[in-house]
Amino acid sequence: MRVPFSTSLSGLLLFVAAGVNAAPGADPATGKLIFEEHCALCHGLDGGGGRGPDLRRPKLRHAADDEALKSLIENGIPPEMPDGETFSKEDIANIAAFVRTLGNVPREKLPGDPARGEVLYRRGGCPACHIRAGEGVGLGPDLTEIGARRGSRRLLETLQNPNETIPDGFLLVQALTMAGQTVRGIRLNEDSFTIQLKDMQSRIYSLRKSELRELRKLRNETPMPSYGGRLSPAEMDDLVGFLAAQRGQR
Amino acid sequence: MKAVALIALMCPAVWAQVPFARIAATDKEPGNWLTYSGNLQGHRYSPLTEINTRNVAGMKVKWAYQYPDPRTEVSPIVVDGIVYITGPNSAASLDGRTGRTLWSWNRALPSDYRSIGFGHTNRGPAVLDDKLFVATLDGFLVALDLKSGAERWSAKVLDYQLGYSMTMAPLAIDGKVVVGVSGGEAGIRGFLDAYDANSGKRAWRFWTIPGPGELGHETWEGDSWKTGGAPTWVTGTYDPELKLVYWGVGNPGPDWNGDTRQGDNLYTCSLVAIDADSGKLRWYFQFTPHDTHDWDATHVPVLFDSDVRGVKRKLVAVANRNAFYYVLDRVNGAFLAGRPYAKQTWASGLDAKGRPIPVGQAEPSKEGTLVWPNMNGATVWFSPSFSPATGYFYVAVREIGARYFKRETPYRPGTEFMGGGENELSMDDAWGAIRALQGETGEMRWEFKLHSPPWAGVMSTAGGLVFSGSDEGNFYALDARTGKALWDFQTGGPIAANPVSFTVDGHQSIAVAADRVLYVFGL
Repeated sequence: MRVPFSTSLSGLLLFVAAGVNAAPGADPATGKLIFEEHCALCHGLDGGGGRGPDLRRPKLRHAADDEALKSLIENGIPPEMPDGETFSKEDIANIAAFVRTLGNVPREKLPGDPARGEVLYRRGGCPACHIRAGEGVGLGPDLTEIGARRGSRRLLETLQNPNETIPDGFLLVQALTMAGQTVRGIRLNEDSFTIQLKDMQSRIYSLRKSELRELRKLRNETPMPSYGGRLSPAEMDDLVGFLAAQRGQR
Repeated sequence: MKAVALIALMCPAVWAQVPFARIAATDKEPGNWLTYSGNLQGHRYSPLTEINTRNVAGMKVKWAYQYPDPRTEVSPIVVDGIVYITGPNSAASLDGRTGRTLWSWNRALPSDYRSIGFGHTNRGPAVLDDKLFVATLDGFLVALDLKSGAERWSAKVLDYQLGYSMTMAPLAIDGKVVVGVSGGEAGIRGFLDAYDANSGKRAWRFWTIPGPGELGHETWEGDSWKTGGAPTWVTGTYDPELKLVYWGVGNPGPDWNGDTRQGDNLYTCSLVAIDADSGKLRWYFQFTPHDTHDWDATHVPVLFDSDVRGVKRKLVAVANRNAFYYVLDRVNGAFLAGRPYAKQTWASGLDAKGRPIPVGQAEPSKEGTLVWPNMNGATVWFSPSFSPATGYFYVAVREIGARYFKRETPYRPGTEFMGGGENELSMDDAWGAIRALQGETGEMRWEFKLHSPPWAGVMSTAGGLVFSGSDEGNFYALDARTGKALWDFQTGGPIAANPVSFTVDGHQSIAVAADRVLYVFGL
């Protein structure tokens, strides 16, 4: 008998596999201490970014693989990022191992059946708003590597209460123009004078703030429906299992 | 017509000389920008009026110059139609009419140089007599021939291998060039230096952490003074009558862990007034005793005279990184007024002497402590502006909090020495503003809201305008009396620089750097 996901969460933690490692023998915990001392000023103590970029992502722009990441830590990115020439090889491997844990959710052993989950993904209409492995409509986040970015607990949360886990870059905004037209869409960009939106038909709007009667940021709203009441617990497990398996393969 | 203009540009090139008397009287030649802040008082105010509230809406790009380096923080110097700029370990002079390079200079950076706690950047040159002065990342003050860019002399200011560096524009005063140092995240012992402008010989050094036997040394625990930071990385100001140099001093180190440096840690997070002849301390005022949030007092101190409670006084005002605005008597450092100008959660107020009254839960901790402002402060190195026309002090304000963490940190020469860090709140919980404060009191007169916390300085003009930039790339003009937006332009890159204004062929230009590009605007 399959245990519904929602009641098996605590047991699940036992199945969590070891984190990805940048080098055999490298120790992310040691790397974390070095990171906090030398890297956190720019990248934030949690790697979430600040003056430097957010490192909590499975693919790093300047480090395609672990060797590139170690080389980058050793050599820096002139002129903005200092080199790590004072670090030993072991230090560098440990930092790299820690950085890899930031954006890569470890693989989990999950109760759901990904194949059944894929059927639910299609039947539930997900491709109408999401691209996955090159297919679908790009209104919501690309789900091609969602399993590397989000753990099963977070995936379940999003499916049940999507308005509580809105990802960065997908703020829903409602603008009322002086002419009385209401535009509702995802914010693509914003500066102090203008805002760019995309509505549910993928139409792009470029608006000047001084020409708007009202601009509301709908922080806790999302076009994504809740699947909480629509799927049985077992179906939810299958869908989570399918999403968790999306780790960048095409 | 063309021939006339050519001669107009040629003549100054023959006699281009900037004696100190010109720098001390910039109001007499509003078409030039002869010192970092436009005048020695730190006003970043242009007396030019051609571009004003009635016509700024028609302002257009006249030319642009592309740097090889990202995130340019330069504040150019302009002398008689020639624009002088710097980058990291580089300088150039540009034709003010076209932006074409007239000469360029650079100094190779040693392969073992590391910037600790900041990017490779330079905030501008200084000019005096026939020389342009540039401070380099690897620690040299270099004097270049104004007409050719050839090196006249260079003086070694510091040892970069210990984590020292220089990013600021030097300040040229009467016969001397004053420079400060970076390195507050590397366990340096800070200082402020003055060099003879002709010979390059060091005239004096003021250590910003007192040594054994000196007053203030007792505010450091054990040997902590040796690695206590106190950098001086933002250009100060000068009162030629009082012969005092005013300079902001940065944070103590390690930044977020004060356990091993108990005490007030003088003269960190202070304003110091230094005798220009002797280099001796005349007075100091400490804004943030025993700082544990990286709130350097590295701002341009703004000098103006005004009535305070019916008495005409010589004032110095600072909008501090710690979110308080201060007005002091610049003769003796007496505290006259102070109040928050941005959200802050670390102090319940200032006492009668201007010392902050801390609240309970603001210290960095193992688990993280949420405090406003974040480590970059309510404002930081980018310049404020003071308009004698409105009496307002204009400041670019960052409204952002952070969770501050405390960690252990061993001192190793030439590496990070910070003892913690922060996780700043996400950008949708943060915002920015340009605020106009009444100069003598700090009371807010208006604010213009920005989408995100800014990194650009402010310039006001006699045309009734306030110019500044956003981190999203907007360069814009506000009405100096009301804060109403009158013009904006998307530059395409984050603006982390200070605007300047000058004339070419008798017409007003406004310049600002945005990422890799120096833009020059006019009507």
